[in-house]
Amino acid sequence: MIGMGLPRGFVVTLKNFLRPHSTEQYPDRHVGLFGAAKEAGMNPVQFLVKRPGDSLKAIAGLATVPVKVKQSARFRGNEFTYFEERCTACASCAKYCPLGIIEIVSVPGKIDAQEGESYKLEVFDIDIGRCMFCGLCVEACPYDALHMGTSFERSKYVRDDLVITKDELWDAEKRPSAFYRPQFEENGFDPFAEEMEDFHDAGRHERKTYDEMKKKWVDER
Amino acid sequence: MSAAFLDNSLWRNIYCVIAGESTECAARDYSSGLLPGGMEWLAFLLSALVVAAIFANAILGGVIVLIWGERRLFGRFQNRTGPNRWGPWGTLTSVADAIKTMFKEDLVPAEADRILFNLAPVMIAAPALIVFSVIPVGVGTYVADLNVGVLFIMAVTSLTTLSVLTAAWSSANRIAILSALRSVALLVSYEIPMALALVGVIMLAGSMSLGSIIEAQAIPFILVQPLGFFVFFLAAMAEMARAPFDLTEAESELAAGYLNDYASMKFGLFFLAEFIAELSTSAIITTLFLSGWKGWDPIPSHLWFAVKLILVLFVIIWFRMTLPRLRVDQVLKFAWKGLFELTMINIIVTAVLIAIWPEPSTTELWIMAAINWPVAIISIWAVSKLLGTSSYENPTPSASAPIYPVGTETLPANAGVHGGGDK
Repeated sequence: MIGMGLPRGFVVTLKNFLRPHSTEQYPDRHVGLFGAAKEAGMNPVQFLVKRPGDSLKAIAGLATVPVKVKQSARFRGNEFTYFEERCTACASCAKYCPLGIIEIVSVPGKIDAQEGESYKLEVFDIDIGRCMFCGLCVEACPYDALHMGTSFERSKYVRDDLVITKDELWDAEKRPSAFYRPQFEENGFDPFAEEMEDFHDAGRHERKTYDEMKKKWVDER
Repeated sequence: MSAAFLDNSLWRNIYCVIAGESTECAARDYSSGLLPGGMEWLAFLLSALVVAAIFANAILGGVIVLIWGERRLFGRFQNRTGPNRWGPWGTLTSVADAIKTMFKEDLVPAEADRILFNLAPVMIAAPALIVFSVIPVGVGTYVADLNVGVLFIMAVTSLTTLSVLTAAWSSANRIAILSALRSVALLVSYEIPMALALVGVIMLAGSMSLGSIIEAQAIPFILVQPLGFFVFFLAAMAEMARAPFDLTEAESELAAGYLNDYASMKFGLFFLAEFIAELSTSAIITTLFLSGWKGWDPIPSHLWFAVKLILVLFVIIWFRMTLPRLRVDQVLKFAWKGLFELTMINIIVTAVLIAIWPEPSTTELWIMAAINWPVAIISIWAVSKLLGTSSYENPTPSASAPIYPVGTETLPANAGVHGGGDK
């Protein structure tokens, strides 16, 4: 019918007007009296009586509560998580990096019949300032030693501070992202809920028992 | 000096506090004043200044609130929150914006006509403020009750376009000139339906003074004059160049139009004028069609005015968020072929009704409303038919049209040569 398109458009905009907004507020969100009371774990009347200053602030629209951002487990944060025990210093990550920002210096390391042979890693620097977070290094890592991280509030004042060294990687919280690591999701690992303490959990294979290892590395040799 | 201004309670209070024991105020129980007797002329001057200052500052404060409110509403229409960081509910955002605008570098293009370039922002801001001088915002709260108030408003609001043209011409920018041309075209087209739409209201009220028009509205004139309201609303939207008629600032075509070369507070003044225009348009619609400050008693009249004003502002913002921008030819066609006819129908019908019931009572106004609504709906339908609102149809190819893909014909010798072709 003629002229019905116009009112229909107005109804659509009005519907959107009445809908709750879909903005994720970060790093904090403004709350009213009820929100502030809920955050403090009281009912509004209690809150009003016990903390009049804060409740006045909340009524004036100035109270804020911190917000935890909802992220995917596959989030590619701007740092890396690294398990030194899994690393063989093969430098696959450095070879696959399209920007060439991973620097690896390795020397022949321990030779241990029980644990296997490996190179020892002297330098492992990643220049995050130039990284584009393509994740190719993570995809290239044959032993699941390198993972994308999950944090993102890592701005620095000096560009050189953005270079992550081996020690920093080692000391950082072990919260690896599930990017290109389907085993994390299969095992129900949530980087935002827990830390990964054991490097064995980071691998994509079943963890071998002591007897199996002994059979492979001692008995068969 | 006539004492007519003493009918205005705002003036009277200020004047009598200053003047004190004069003859006009003695009857109104103001026993003492700041000035001695015989200096009424100075009291008049001072009270005029005070009233002007009150109104100007109230409007500027209102604009600050309006900008915040509009941005919040835009946010809500787009499922966002809108500005909410600075101050309670983001109310200080526009204050911060104003301060930022003031401290920006003031640039003048080398080719610009400096005098006109600097004059244009002032010329656009002043008339925008002046419009409010005739609008009563409450019982007896106005600067002046002109007996040609409606005419005054029509005259002053048109000055905006002169400033736009000045700004565009002086900045020596062809895009700005295009924008100004569009602005003038909008003015020429929409001033006529806008003025004619008000003729019905003036006929009903029997006066051009806004105070008398409010007095005459036993029921809001939007009920009696639906067609007049429809046309006036759309024409006013076009007049202040707001979406869907914002051709002068069509970002995709003209960047910022006539504002291209302006920076700092000059730009700010243009924006200020734009928002004051929005505010004043809503105030005019409130006064002429929604019975101004009239309402039921316990609630003060100023509050009634504010509530109606906010309602109209919401509808204007709703329009802007809903409708896409029209093309120039569509806009002009709409004015000349659509709105102009509607105003003519409105004038004729209203004139006939006024001839039957001169000085209509409330009952007669209701009868007029009952007649005018069907007339409005039928005439809008008929005019939209005339304008041609048929839905888009896929063009059917004629028999002689080539069937694509074309590839079998022999190409001309110079085909594919860059710049070649018709020599």
